[in-house]
Amino acid sequence: MTFVIAVLTTIALLNGAATAAPDEAAAPAAPCDVPEWLLPADADLTRVGSEIKDRHRLDISVVGSGSSALSGPDGARFAYPAQLEQSLRERLPGIEIKVTAHVESRQTTADMASQLQKILTGDQPALVIWQAGTVDALRGVEPEDFRTSLDQGIDAIAADHADVIMMNMQHSPRTESMLGVSAYADVMRWVAEQHGLVLFDRLAIMRYWSDEGVFDLYAATKDYAMARRVHECIGRALASLIIHAGHLDAGKEQTTR
Amino acid sequence: MAMASPPQAATSERDLRLDLFRGVALWLIFLDHIPENVVNWFTIRNYGFSDATEIFIFISGYTAAFVYGRTMRERGFMLSSARILRRAWQIYVAHIFLFTIFMAEIAYVAATFDNPLYAEEMRILDFLKQPDITIFQALLLKFKPVNMDVLPLYIVLLLMFPPMLFLLLRAPNVALAGSAVVYALTWKLDWNLPAYPNGVWFFNPFAWQLLFVFGAWCALGGSQRLAGFLRSRIVLVVAIAYLVFAFAITLTWHFEALDRFVPTWLAEWMYPIDKTNLDVLRFAHFLALAVVTIRFIPRHWSGLKSAILQPAIRCGQHSLEIFCLGVFLAFAGQFIIAESSGGPLLQTAVSALGIIIMIATANLISWYKAIEGRSPQSRVKSPDADLAGGEA
Repeated sequence: MTFVIAVLTTIALLNGAATAAPDEAAAPAAPCDVPEWLLPADADLTRVGSEIKDRHRLDISVVGSGSSALSGPDGARFAYPAQLEQSLRERLPGIEIKVTAHVESRQTTADMASQLQKILTGDQPALVIWQAGTVDALRGVEPEDFRTSLDQGIDAIAADHADVIMMNMQHSPRTESMLGVSAYADVMRWVAEQHGLVLFDRLAIMRYWSDEGVFDLYAATKDYAMARRVHECIGRALASLIIHAGHLDAGKEQTTR
Repeated sequence: MAMASPPQAATSERDLRLDLFRGVALWLIFLDHIPENVVNWFTIRNYGFSDATEIFIFISGYTAAFVYGRTMRERGFMLSSARILRRAWQIYVAHIFLFTIFMAEIAYVAATFDNPLYAEEMRILDFLKQPDITIFQALLLKFKPVNMDVLPLYIVLLLMFPPMLFLLLRAPNVALAGSAVVYALTWKLDWNLPAYPNGVWFFNPFAWQLLFVFGAWCALGGSQRLAGFLRSRIVLVVAIAYLVFAFAITLTWHFEALDRFVPTWLAEWMYPIDKTNLDVLRFAHFLALAVVTIRFIPRHWSGLKSAILQPAIRCGQHSLEIFCLGVFLAFAGQFIIAESSGGPLLQTAVSALGIIIMIATANLISWYKAIEGRSPQSRVKSPDADLAGGEA
């Protein structure tokens, strides 16, 4: 009897959840604020701070793989590097902002680490945003080798006196059972801690958005609207992090919007 | 588990604690295999270094030695080895069956899911373009989808078990020391089995064999040798202190703000806590859990007969079937959650329903075996053989 009741209750719950979903989708998009606890609290980007104070400019290089880009018409214009540039320009008037994206799909962290020196020489960035992990998980690179590549890249950036923000993978619930990213996320968290670097925890932030119903990351769609909006939100959250960690806010910027 | 009486005397009676904790471990493995699940917060991996896998492998080693050890003593090396290999074959077939279900799920996702946000992640499905290679590699146990690593580990552990059991019956301490040496050399020399498309096995059999052999060693009289050690108050205090320490450390993983309280030297020494190679910290955490458990739950504890614990005990008694069912249910549950973009309520419902199905199935198998056991044809077969085939 108990079993029957439990089954019936479950079916009822399943139905409830299934019918609730479309309503949520129809509701206006909630603001994609990132709560403070998801952003590193004591982050410090000293080079960014001094660059803006002394030279009134900020050069950022974004190094990453496919999840740092959007395909389709005007993909580059809507991907988070461009959104970050726009957001920073709006929020730091009078400062010259330049974000250069070195994004190539299929490149592993080892590939990126070997490219970094060239990028540093070419861009002379004050800040490198390094997105990594997804391709390594796809290829099954050994976590230990992944860690070594991260260490090499970070050393190269540090030798150039640029700041670093590391960014982990996207939260992708549909592929979670096939693509195991947690081991790589753990390595990145650990490497960031060991080097005292800022980690932009995209995985946790997108999971939060999914849990809060901000985005339906399970949705099967060919439409670019949601993908663009996610990148816009990531760009803004990054801008907030940079402003906060570079101590550029003078107490004004509290939220990520 | 470690307080079993000498194996010769204990043959007639199973230690129900083993079934209980294996059953609970099977539930926890099921819950942990649904990535998007609020109920995950209640599984032990969030409260210490080790998780349900350690419990499962240890108890599997214990029961394997318990069942096949007797066969080897009474009927000889050849027959017991044949039974162990038959068991490995059953597990292999079960693994391939699960792989087929997994392929069906993947093929469905590949055909229906599309979202430009995840263009990169969807590359994981590229292997569908080369089914010839992928399926062949899966048959070789080199290609293993996420969360399908435990059964291949179990297969390799059983394949190496006949000679190990032979040694365990003659010189148990030598066997255990040999196992520890292999474990140490694995860390030193980076031994592991290759995986496809690259990398190595997620559960390194050369490292995890230590836990399996240790379980077997305990079953074959090792627990008696440890009895004095286990009764010592100091050991209990150390074990509890270590569990508290591990709990405090895991708290810092979930609450970043607490991270600053972990001294750098400790973090440098401690991290990364390696699951692939069964980190010493994980092994120690399992031992501490075991010490505390057997201290507070004695072998003849009356609660083991209570109705409340019977569902878990039943599941533990049919571990292979229930494990496979759990993996399948985790796929299915995740699928339901994904299809309906489910929230915490649905996740809880799916988790509860999954465990109910596991319990119902375990009861069904028990009922079926009881009926079969009573029928006249099955009289010829010794009940021991059935136990060996079905429960180790």
